[in-house]
Amino acid sequence: MWEYTKKVKDLFLHPKNVGVIEDPDGVGEVGSMACGDALKLTFKLDEIKRIKDVKFQTFGCASAIASSSALTEMLKGKTIEEAEKITNDDIVAYLGGLPKEKMHCSVMGQQALEEAIACYRGKPATEKPGNIVCECFGVTDVEIRQALKSHHLTGLEDVTNYLKAGGGCGNCQEKILEIISEIHGLATSAEKTKPQLTTLQKIHLIEDTLAREIEPALAKDGGGIDLIDVDGNRVLVKLRGACSGCKVSKLTLKDFVEKKLRELVVPELVVEEVSE
Amino acid sequence: MKMIYLDNNATTRVAPEVVDAMLPYLKDFYGNPSSMYEFARKAETAIERARTALAALLGADPREIIFTSCGTESDNTAIWATLRANPDKRHVITTRVEHAAVKNLGTFLSKNGYRVTFVPVDAKGFLDQDYLFDHLSHDTAIVSVMWANNETGVIFPVEEIAAQVREKGVVFHTDAVQAVGKIPIDLGRNAIDMLSLSGHKLHGPKGIGALYVRKGTRFSPFLIGGHQEAGRRGGTENVASIAGLGRASELAAANLHGEITRLRSLRDALETGILERVPNAIVNGDRQNRLPNTTNISFEFIEGESILLMMDELGICASSGSACTSGSLEPSHVLRAMGVPFTAAHGSIRFSLSAYNTREEIDYVVDRLPAVVERLRELSPYWEPAMACKGRA
Repeated sequence: MWEYTKKVKDLFLHPKNVGVIEDPDGVGEVGSMACGDALKLTFKLDEIKRIKDVKFQTFGCASAIASSSALTEMLKGKTIEEAEKITNDDIVAYLGGLPKEKMHCSVMGQQALEEAIACYRGKPATEKPGNIVCECFGVTDVEIRQALKSHHLTGLEDVTNYLKAGGGCGNCQEKILEIISEIHGLATSAEKTKPQLTTLQKIHLIEDTLAREIEPALAKDGGGIDLIDVDGNRVLVKLRGACSGCKVSKLTLKDFVEKKLRELVVPELVVEEVSE
Repeated sequence: MKMIYLDNNATTRVAPEVVDAMLPYLKDFYGNPSSMYEFARKAETAIERARTALAALLGADPREIIFTSCGTESDNTAIWATLRANPDKRHVITTRVEHAAVKNLGTFLSKNGYRVTFVPVDAKGFLDQDYLFDHLSHDTAIVSVMWANNETGVIFPVEEIAAQVREKGVVFHTDAVQAVGKIPIDLGRNAIDMLSLSGHKLHGPKGIGALYVRKGTRFSPFLIGGHQEAGRRGGTENVASIAGLGRASELAAANLHGEITRLRSLRDALETGILERVPNAIVNGDRQNRLPNTTNISFEFIEGESILLMMDELGICASSGSACTSGSLEPSHVLRAMGVPFTAAHGSIRFSLSAYNTREEIDYVVDRLPAVVERLRELSPYWEPAMACKGRA
């Protein structure tokens, strides 16, 4: 069961500003029934261009309803310029936090707001920029890049929690991982002045990377990896379980384990499998 | 507030008689059943009594029962034990609507050197039997088909399928976790080779399961260890829970026929009551051929987790096939396999009853649920036709 804050529960059970404003100044609609959640946001301005009234309709879980309700409360009395500055992080803060798997509910709020403001400015229903990466949830590469940068996301799971991308059939997970390593690759080349690691630090970092990044991925397929030795830049490992004897184990070592270690430890590493 | 527990396909209340049957083995008779003194014999006797009771419920011989730790262990044991005993065969047949214990093992096997066929179902949840038989081959080691589906309650004709599978010399296993104690089972009259069950689904404790293995079935142990369970499952026996499962089996056998009639009429009252009062509500799965205690209803245009949490405020416990409750972002694989549209799958609620439910409880749910659905539909943008953006600035 999800751990929701008191604020989330309260706004879910007693949502504020439910409905649709007749003759609104801005309308934002995001999500779809297929996605499992959707939000329609409408607002109206007063004579001095402040948001006088704002209403929402949400199809979704408790945190989606609470996020939408929170957003409407936050918008009241704000100018468009002020409203524009509201991000999903602000919605999360207003709610006192959201389970990380539910972050996409707050992202949906921000997206609806952006769309409603675009609508107000007379730029309704523009095509999303970029190419669709996740077919299940219609998420583009541009959206993924933006989310990676603005929320400092590092892994596939984070991207799924924020944007749902990769959480459906899973076919796009490879592509998302590519975008992630591209973004983080750029970041690392920008900070070229990485301090030299001592041998001990290097071993620790290798162990850490294996445990945090590599082992969980292999475990999903019923396998695992043991670090046997580190000799200069040679990393000697042994694959366990389903991975050992698996025909693709060579590929796993080079394309995944070595790539990850090079990326996160030092680029000169060479991974070798130790035979019995 | 009184709790109304309608989630008995998830787990059941431990019967008070079961608790009484377990306590002596937790408090006093703690001996290891394998030990060589009178004190330990008491534990051993309890195990054998339970084995006899469970065998009687299934129409089996007590020697065909292996106690395990849960339904998942039983399923894994059945499939692995058969694959290891038939190392030359590399093909497994199962269905697209199995419980995760079989489904995810099937996916694992398909990535690790085995061919796995997942048999589809139709819109009512019925298995495509032709597809199954067409895929049987000399390479097939085991066919595993659940007896009754946990989400919809739809019952598969496992006895007919088992008979045809046996003709091809292939082992047939059924995950009967949802069927045992709810519908009559007589393994003496069919060709099922292996059957999995779980204690906590029939008012026994959690952490105990069993696997039936027909005499003469090739079997290579899954848990390798001591000589327990005739060398077929290592590990010191969970004596108290085994005693509990034995008592639960006796209760189930004694009450089975009366409960089938009573539960069916309660379930039907709940289902028709809801359908009469709530528009755009659809029953998922065939309404005739299913467990007497289960109904799965989709409420269009709203989402399952919201319904569950609002029902929780009223003390009503049920479960949902929506994405938000499945721990993934996709709705139930069972409803998707049946082709239930997303619009309905996300708003599906499963009610599953037990011997402890009363007519008053059902009336309360029928009385209160329509307002919950109505409230959430007022919140939903899909309940009323969409409004297009016009642009103002």
